[in-house]
Formats: sequence, C-alpha cells, structure tokens
Amino acid sequence: MKPAFSRVMGLSLVLAAALFSPAVAQETVTYATDGGNILDVMKKTLIGPAEQKLGIRVVPDPNADRYPVLKAQVLSGKPTWDVVDFSAGYCARGQQEGLLEPLDYSEIPNAASVPEQFKDEYSVGLSAYATVLAYNTDTYGDNGPKTWADFWDVEKFPGRRALRNYARPTLEIALLADGVAPEDLYPLDVDRAYKKLEEIKPHINVWWTSGAETTQLLFDGEVDMLPLWDGRADTAIQEGAAAKFTRNQAIMEYTCLAVLKGTQHKDAAMKFINALLDPKGQAGWATDYLTGPLNTAFAQHVEPKRLARLTTAPENLKVQVPLNAAWWASEAGANAEKRWLEFMQK
Amino acid sequence: MSDLPIEQAIAREERKEQRIYLMLFMPAVMLVVLFLGVPLLILAIQSFQEGGHLTLEHYARIFDEPIYWRTYYDTLEISVAVTVLCILLGFPLAYAAAIAPRGWSTLILALVMLPFWTSVLVRTYAWLVVLQRRGIVNSLLMSAGIIDAPLSLSHNTFAVLIGMVHVMLPFMVFPLYAAISKIPQDLLQAGSSLGGSPWYVFRRVLLPLSLPGMFAGSVLVFILSLGFYLTPELLGGGKTILVSSLVQRNIELYLQFGAASAVAMILLLIVFVIFWLVDRILPVEKIVGMR
Repeated sequence: MKPAFSRVMGLSLVLAAALFSPAVAQETVTYATDGGNILDVMKKTLIGPAEQKLGIRVVPDPNADRYPVLKAQVLSGKPTWDVVDFSAGYCARGQQEGLLEPLDYSEIPNAASVPEQFKDEYSVGLSAYATVLAYNTDTYGDNGPKTWADFWDVEKFPGRRALRNYARPTLEIALLADGVAPEDLYPLDVDRAYKKLEEIKPHINVWWTSGAETTQLLFDGEVDMLPLWDGRADTAIQEGAAAKFTRNQAIMEYTCLAVLKGTQHKDAAMKFINALLDPKGQAGWATDYLTGPLNTAFAQHVEPKRLARLTTAPENLKVQVPLNAAWWASEAGANAEKRWLEFMQK
Repeated sequence: MSDLPIEQAIAREERKEQRIYLMLFMPAVMLVVLFLGVPLLILAIQSFQEGGHLTLEHYARIFDEPIYWRTYYDTLEISVAVTVLCILLGFPLAYAAAIAPRGWSTLILALVMLPFWTSVLVRTYAWLVVLQRRGIVNSLLMSAGIIDAPLSLSHNTFAVLIGMVHVMLPFMVFPLYAAISKIPQDLLQAGSSLGGSPWYVFRRVLLPLSLPGMFAGSVLVFILSLGFYLTPELLGGGKTILVSSLVQRNIELYLQFGAASAVAMILLLIVFVIFWLVDRILPVEKIVGMR
C-alpha cells in the first residue's frame, strides 16, 4: 500500500510542479498604451522580442484615458498596470502627485542615448509625434493648405474642417494661425487663442476626440482638412485615403514611459522599459509605423529614405514646433484646458 | 371571544407567509444593495471629498458655472425630443403589430427587436456610414440628381437624434404593444359603427386606452436617454454635449473623481425628482403593470 501511495503523491507533485512552475517563473508585466495600428506594430517589433529576451509575459492594455485610471489604480494601493506611456505632461503631473515609481537607470542602459531633455528621475521619453495638417487631395489637388493660417482661410480654401476637441495643442495652432512666431508661443496668450478659435468655430464640422476618429474622417473624406497625429495620417494614407499632410508648423509632442507606484513587478517593469528603448527594436517600429523614436541610436538602423519621413528626422525638426509640456502642467495651462469646456458650450 | 384563537392563527399564518416572501426577496435585494446601492453611496461620498477632506467645491463649481446648467438643460431637451419621436414612430409600429395577423405581427416585433441585440457601438458606426458626406444617403441622392452638394446629415444634433431614437425605439414599442393588444377590437368597431370618424375613434378610444403603455414607454425612454454617451459623442461631432460627456470631461480636466461624481449625483437627483413627479401623476406600480 505504502509504495503505491507515495507513487501517487509523487506523481501528483510532479504534475502540480508542471502545471504551476511556468506561472511562477514567467512574470507578467501589464503595459497600458494606445491601441490600434501603433500597438500592432509595437507588438511585432518591441513587445514580442522583449518577451522572448526577458522571459516575461507582457499584457498590453489599450486605454485612451490612461491618467485618471492610473491615478485610481495607484490610490487603491494595488495597481494592475505596471508600465504606462502617455504624453509627456502626464509624467510631470504623475511625479507631482506622487503616483510614479522612480526609475532604476542601472536596469535601463538603453536610456543613455535618449537626449537629456526627454528624461528625468521618474520617466523616460519613448517617441515623438506631431499634430500635422492633413487635407483631402480630391478637394484641393496638390495646392492644399500649408499653414494654420490657410486652415483659417475659409475663402481661399472652402471645405469642411475638423479640429481636436481639446485645448492641447489646438491653442498653439490658433496662435500660429494668428501670426505668432513659434519661438514666441510660450507662455501661451490664452485669450488671444480663444478669440482666434471663435473665428473658425462656425466652420468646424467635427470636433474629434479620438485618434481612431481622425483616421476615419480622413479615410471617408468626411472633412477636407484637419489637424491630426502624423502616425494616424500616415495610416489613413497607406490604407488608400486621398490625402496628404504637411509637417510645416506641426506641433511636436513626445510620449514618456513611467512605472506605477506600488507595482508588484518593479524589476521586470524596469527591464521591459529598457527593452522598449532598444535601438534596433525602435528602428523596426519606425520602419512600420510613422513615429519618432527618442533613443537617437535608432537612426543608424533605419534606411535614410524612411528616416527623412519620421517625426524626429533632422529636416522635420526644423519646421515643427515643439509643445511645452511644462507650461501645460502649470496652473495657467490647467486653467486654459478647463476653459475649453466653456468655449465648446457657448 | 371564541373565534379569537382562529383570528390569531390566521394572523400568524399571514406573518409567516410574509416572512417567506421577504426571504425569497432577499437575494435580489442584496444584489441590488451590493452592486448598485453601495457604489452609489461611494459616489455620493466621493462627490463631497477632495484630497481626503470634506468639501463643497465640486457642487459650488457646478452652481457657479452656467455651462453645467446649459448641459443639463440640453440633455433634458434632447431626451424629451427622443421620447416624442419614439412615440410618433413607435405608436404606428405597435398598433400594426397589435392588429396584424399573427405572422406579420411576429415579423414586425422581430424587426424592432433585432437591432436591440446589436451593440450600440456598431449601430452608431452604421449610422455614420449611412449619413456621412460620402455615405449611402448622400451618394444615392447625388447620383439620382436630386441634390448637387452633399447634405450635412452626420456630426450634428440631427444625427444624434436619429441614432438615439433607433436605440430607444424598442423600449417604446413593447410597452405600447402590450397596452394596445389588450384593447378589445370590439370597442374600436363600436366606435366606428356609431358614426365616429377614424380620427375621432383614435382620439376618444384608442389613445386613452393605450395611454398607460405610452406613459411606461416614455418614462423608460426618457430616463435611459439622460445617460447616453456613445451615440452623442460619435454622431454629434463634439457639438452635442450631454451630461455623460461632461462626467468624462470632468475626470479628464480636473483629474478628480469628486468633480465627476458631483456632476453624476446631480443628474441622479434630477432623475429622482422626475420619478417622484411621474409617480404623483401615475403610480409606478401601474406603469409596470402590477396593479
């Protein structure tokens, strides 16, 4: 009896070990990010390779309103997300509100070739993107609008228009349209920006809220011109939208990576961030999706022709206008954002 | 004196029966308390809090800034419009389903019911396909030579109304159908044979008798419309702002859940007031057919 019993016990132990050991060995990192085409490309070029190399499992969780969710998760004490990316202003805000874990740069050697202005103790830049002016080529041919002043010129460029239903970077766009020089933008003249917006308001057919909406607006030809993110514009054009876009006066922003305070997988999270900054992976990402990786070492792995089209290509940096995330995180910026609601309701 | 024990026994039995009903009722009550009552309570507490201490600032903001009242007003207005449109469209449908032969009536009800099983998101996007500048309606009208330039059908209040009415119609048709199918056909025949014109019969017989169903449907449609989010966001082009969008916007702008909770609590309060008023005109038990 006894041998049989111990054999059964032994067998079940082996079985249990076989069942549970992978789960123990394989750590899971949950990564909150954008959805859509950009995530598909990231899965292929950055997330997949990171899983293989680090032996971890990465669960991407696409979410459009990441900051409030992050706040709720951290305040609850048990965040379900580990790593997050969003526009740079939120990293500054998250640090102010004590929601982020300090980065362990000894685990993130790839950050060395990220320029200083895009990293600090709590966050590191992932990629840059720009809000470009796109127009319908069926409507305007090759003589489409080239500046934000053209966007405001409803006589010279009749047609349907869309704008983002959000103050950032619509106020910058309005001020540039009103003739403010890029170097004189900040601090923003908020009153002047809203006054300029009142001018164009009756001519705006759609106030968009999500990136997916912009791809669809451009693709279906529902509007003739609109400001939208360069990656989204490129996706729509690749899919056959009759459209073009200009980088002239495009507003450039960047996304940052951060770790949620109180994460259960701190170590794996740091290593995963390092993998997201891998120059080769970033180059592959930028080859399949129009973005601007911030690890400058990526450039040597990208074809020169492709490099010229990216957000962070040297030629493009000359004509694009960088957004000042610090100003938007300030009290004046927060108030300008709150005023948007009133502007839309009037 | 002699029948007292019997009375007592009856009373005891009644109490026992009530206790059994109460016990049968408990799981449902617990479920509602746990998953609706408690979260609402948390929401209410949250709306008075900021940074761990009590405050009235979220309510003060709502009362101070006219845009909030404007949004509540717009939301009520749109909800009333949707309700009226649902009555106008739903009544003929419900009437047809009630008087048609069995097969036809099933078909009509199935056509009303079918969209009900499709996701609101899918239906909303479908309307975009139909209504937008290069959508089905505009393409058809253009190729038929009826119009020269595309009509602005999407991304405005008109599109929001269409989208919302489409989603809400079943909530109106079914109570109306229930009410109309209970009306004896003889009454209508009697009305006409006594010389009433169709309009007169409709006004004096059909309409009053179907009123409870219409009322029930209207309350359902109206209250549900107050909380719409997806359809106005997608079909309204950002120009039709309802309270639910305001809740989302408050979280996004203030990054304070208290601010959004206060907006939601006031909407809840408005719903309660409306319910209370409705209950005074027609008791809820009557609407849901319990009495």
